[in-house]
Amino acid sequence: MLDSASEILRLQASGEASAVEIIKRSIEQIEASQDKINAYTCVNAELAIRDAETVDVKRKSGQPLGKLAGVPVAVKDILCTTDMPTTCSSKMLENFMAPYDATVVRRLREEDAILVGKTNMDEFAMGGSTETSAFGVTRNPWDNNRTPGGSSGGAAACVASGTVPLSLGSDTGGSIRQPAAFCGVTGLKPTYGRVSRYGLVAFASSLDQVGPIAWSVEDVAVLTDVISGFEPRDSTSLNQEPPCLSSVLQSNDLRGLKIGILEDALNSEGIEPSIRQSVIDAAETFKQAGAEIVEIQLPHSEHYVPTYYVIAPSEASSNLSRYDGAHYGHRSAKVDGDLLASLGPLAATYCKSRSEGFGTEVKRRIMIGTYALSEGYADQYYNQALKVRRLIKSDYDAAFSQVDLLLGPTTPTTAFPLGERLDNPLQMYLVDLFTVGANLAGIPAISLPAGLNSSGLPIGIQLQAPALQESRLIFAGSAYQAMTDFHKLRPDNFSF
Amino acid sequence: MTHSDEHSTETIIGLEVHVQLKTETKLFCGCSTAFGGPPNTQVCPVCLGHPGALPVINAHAIELSIRAGLAINCSIPPMTKWDRKQYFYPDLPKGYQISQFDLPICAEGHLEIPAVSEDDPTRRIGIIRAHLEEDAGKSMHDEASGQCDSRIDLNRCGTPLLEIVSYPDLRSSHEAKAYLDELKLRMTHLGISDCEMQEGSLRVDANVNLHLKANGKKIATPIVEIKNMNSFRAVEHAIDYEVDRQYDLWEETGKTIEEESKTTRGWDDTTGKTFLQREKEESADYRYFPDPDLLPIRISQERVDEIRATLGELPGETLERLQQQHRIKAYDAEVIVNQGREFISFFEEVATACDDGKRASSWFQQDVLRTMNDQQLSVSQFPINGQQLGLLLRKVSSGELDNSRARDVFQFMLTNDGEVDSAIQSLGIASVGTDELEGLCQNLLESNPQIVEDYRNGKQQAVGSLIGQAKKKNPNANPKAVRETLIKLIQTM
Repeated sequence: MLDSASEILRLQASGEASAVEIIKRSIEQIEASQDKINAYTCVNAELAIRDAETVDVKRKSGQPLGKLAGVPVAVKDILCTTDMPTTCSSKMLENFMAPYDATVVRRLREEDAILVGKTNMDEFAMGGSTETSAFGVTRNPWDNNRTPGGSSGGAAACVASGTVPLSLGSDTGGSIRQPAAFCGVTGLKPTYGRVSRYGLVAFASSLDQVGPIAWSVEDVAVLTDVISGFEPRDSTSLNQEPPCLSSVLQSNDLRGLKIGILEDALNSEGIEPSIRQSVIDAAETFKQAGAEIVEIQLPHSEHYVPTYYVIAPSEASSNLSRYDGAHYGHRSAKVDGDLLASLGPLAATYCKSRSEGFGTEVKRRIMIGTYALSEGYADQYYNQALKVRRLIKSDYDAAFSQVDLLLGPTTPTTAFPLGERLDNPLQMYLVDLFTVGANLAGIPAISLPAGLNSSGLPIGIQLQAPALQESRLIFAGSAYQAMTDFHKLRPDNFSF
Repeated sequence: MTHSDEHSTETIIGLEVHVQLKTETKLFCGCSTAFGGPPNTQVCPVCLGHPGALPVINAHAIELSIRAGLAINCSIPPMTKWDRKQYFYPDLPKGYQISQFDLPICAEGHLEIPAVSEDDPTRRIGIIRAHLEEDAGKSMHDEASGQCDSRIDLNRCGTPLLEIVSYPDLRSSHEAKAYLDELKLRMTHLGISDCEMQEGSLRVDANVNLHLKANGKKIATPIVEIKNMNSFRAVEHAIDYEVDRQYDLWEETGKTIEEESKTTRGWDDTTGKTFLQREKEESADYRYFPDPDLLPIRISQERVDEIRATLGELPGETLERLQQQHRIKAYDAEVIVNQGREFISFFEEVATACDDGKRASSWFQQDVLRTMNDQQLSVSQFPINGQQLGLLLRKVSSGELDNSRARDVFQFMLTNDGEVDSAIQSLGIASVGTDELEGLCQNLLESNPQIVEDYRNGKQQAVGSLIGQAKKKNPNANPKAVRETLIKLIQTM
C-alpha cells in the first residue's frame, strides 16, 4: 500500500486502515531501509504520528479532510520546513532550522499530507548521483552498488524503496527526471513558474522548479495539483489557474495527438541500446493508442549542456554567497595563522567558513560561475549563454509548432556504479544531456518508467510539452501506463 | 577659483545622492522602514537573506521613483530591470545587493539651480540617471571594548534608496550646495523622501578634481571621491578642503589623472579635513547580472503621465505663484516654500483668510515658524487653524488690534482653544470708545504742555512719547487711534 497514494486514501476512507497505522508502516519501512539506502537526512517519526492522529480525529469527527489526508510524503532537504532541519545535504546548513515552511510544504500540510522526513540529495542540488551529499551517498533500491541518480536521489529512492508513495524533489537540469528514471519511478518537472519557489533553497533561480515523484502518473497528477498555483511571494510564479491534472487521466485513446520523436537523441553517441529500444517501443505504444508519430529535431541540442553549465553555476555562485558564516549556518571555529594574518578577521572567517562548509562540487561550480560573471569574461560566457538560451527556446517553439509532445530518452544510460563518475565531472555532467533543455526553455517534462535493461536496471523515457501544458504530459503518460506495466515493476527485497 | 596668476583652475564636481524613499515598507518585503527601532526588530526571512526567501517589488517604491525622476526632468524608460551587485560584507546578508545596472528606472535628466551670485545665470546641472536599490544594514564596530566587537543591525537592510547621479557639471562648493538644496526641496516637497541627513535618508558622495591650465597645457588632477559627509555644510567644506589639497598636491607632485586612479577619502567634521580611505579604487568587480528572482518592469507612458498629473506644482512654480498671488518678496516666498507643502498651504489659507499676503508672510516668517521650531511642532500639530489665524491678522489689518496686542492674543490662542474671539474676550481686550479715548488724550495733553508746544513748532514726532503713556494707562488703546486723536485735539486746542 505504500506505493500508491490513491490506495492509501481508499484504505482510510473504507476504514481498513487508519492514518496512524499507515504512518507507522511508513516509518518502519524507513527504519528497515535507511541503513542500506540512506534516502533520508531526517525522519520525523514522532511529529508524523502526531499529525496522523490529528487526521484520524478529523476523519472520525467528520471534519473536512484535505486531498492527501493521512498520506505519508517525503520532501527533498532543499525545501524549508519549520519542524525539521533544512540542510541541502551540506555541512554549511547542517543544523539549520528555517523560520518558515516552503509554500509547497505549506500546501502539503493544508491538504493533510503527513511529512515523514527530508530526503538526501547532492549538496545544494549540484550533482547527478547524490554522491556529493555531506551526509553519505544514497543507494539505488534496484542495485545497492549503483547511484539512484541525482540530485533528487533520496526523493526517488524513498519512493522506490517503498517508504512513501509520494515525494517532492527539485529539478534544475534534470534532478527529478534523471533519478526517477534511474529508480524506475515517475517524475515530473512542471513549467517554470507553475509551482512557487518560495522556500525552495535556490541553486539556479531561473531554472529551479519543484516537482513530484511517485510510481504512477496518477499519483504524480494528484501531487502536482496540490503544489501548483500562483503565489505572490514568488515574483516568477505564473498568475494562471492551473488545470486539474487528476481529471485528465486517460486510458488508451490518444487519437489526434502528434508526438515528435527526437531522432538525434536516439542516435547520440553513448546512448545505451536498451534505452534507445525503449523509446522506439514507447513510440509504438503511443501509435497503437492512436497518436501520430513524426521525427523531429532540436537543432541546437549539442549546445544545451554547455549553456546549462554556464548559466546554472553563474546563478549558483550568486545564490550561495549568502552562506558566509556571518548570519547562520556553518562558521569556522578556528580562524588563525597565515589566513588570519593575510586576510584579516572578516575575510579569513568568510574564507575558512566557506572552505569548510562547502564540498568540492559546490566549490567547483561557485568558481565556474564566479569566473563566468567576471568583468571581461561575462560577455564570452554568461551573456553568450543567455543568447544561446534564447536559441534553445526557439528550438522548442519551432518543434512545438509541429507536434504536441516530444518523446525521447530521459538519460543516455541507466544507473551507473557508485564512484564511477565522481572524479570525472564532465562525465557526470552528461547525465543531464536530455533533461537540461526543458529547464532552459522553462517547459514541463515527465520521466516515465519504461522497463528494465538486461541487468535489471530501470529505464526512463521522457515526454516534453509546451509551457503550461502539463495536462498533455499527464494525458499521454497515463495512457502509456494504462497500456504498459513498467510502472508496476518493483525492486526485490522491499515490501510495499 | 584662481590659485595663482599663471594657472587658471576649474573645479569639477559630480554628486551621487542617495535618497531614501518614503515608503511604509521595504523595497522587497513587508517589513517596516521606520527609523530608530531596536536593532533587528524590523526584519523577516526576505531581508535577512534566508535560504529560499524571495523578493517581491514594492509598487509604491516604483511610483515614488518615477515621481522623483519626473521632478528632476528625467525620462522614464519603458522598461527597467533588476541586477545583483555582488560583494561580501556582514551588513549585506545575501552577499549581493539588488540594484539596477544597465536599465535604471530614471534615465537622463537635469536640475536647474538658482544663480549662486548675481553675476551668474541660472545653471542647468545634468543628471546621468537615477536607479533604485535596496539599502544594506548597519555595522557598528565597538573598538573601545578592545575586542573589535562588531554588531550588525539589519533593520535598514532592504529599505528603498534612489541613487541620483549627476554629471560633473558643478563648478564650486556653492553650486554643489545649491544643487543639494534644490534636490532636497523637490524630494521633500513632492513627498518622495524626508531627506534627513542625520537619519541617513539622504547621503551624498562627491567626486572632485581640478582642471588646470598650466603653461598653455590642460591638465586634470586625479579624481577623489569624498564620503562620510553628514550635512550640506560638510559637503561644502569638504569640497573646499579637497580643492586646496588637490591643488597643493599637484604643485608638489605634478600628478595628473592619467597617473593615478580614483581614490576614496572620508570627511572628518572635527578636524575639517579629508583622510584617505582607499588608496587605489581596487577595480572592484561586482559581477552584475540580471536578478533571476525578479521580472523586468514595464512602465507605460500612460502610467508616467498619470504620475506626472499628480505631481502638482514644483517648488519653483510655487515660488513664482506666491510672489504673484500674495504679493510677497522672493526671499519671503523662498522661506515659505522651503518649509514644504503643508506649510505652504497653511500660509495660503491664512493669507486668503486675512486678505493680506504681506502681513501673513511676515507673521509666518516670525511668529509661526518660531513657535514651530521652539515647540517642535509640525504643521498639522499647530494649535491655531488657518481660519482663526487669518481672522486675527484681519483684525490687525483693520486696526482693531495693534501688533503687540495681536501677539498677546496669538500667544493666548496657542495655549488655549485657538479661537480669536474667545482669546480677545479672555484677555479683556475691548475696543476703546471715542469719548473714553478723547478723555484719555485730553488728560495727557494737559499734563504735557511742552509736547503740545513742540508739535506746534513742527516736531510732529513729539506726540510719539504720549502714545506709550496712553498704552500704559489703557492697554486696549489702539496706538494709531491715539495718535490721530492727539493730533486732532492739539489742532482744536
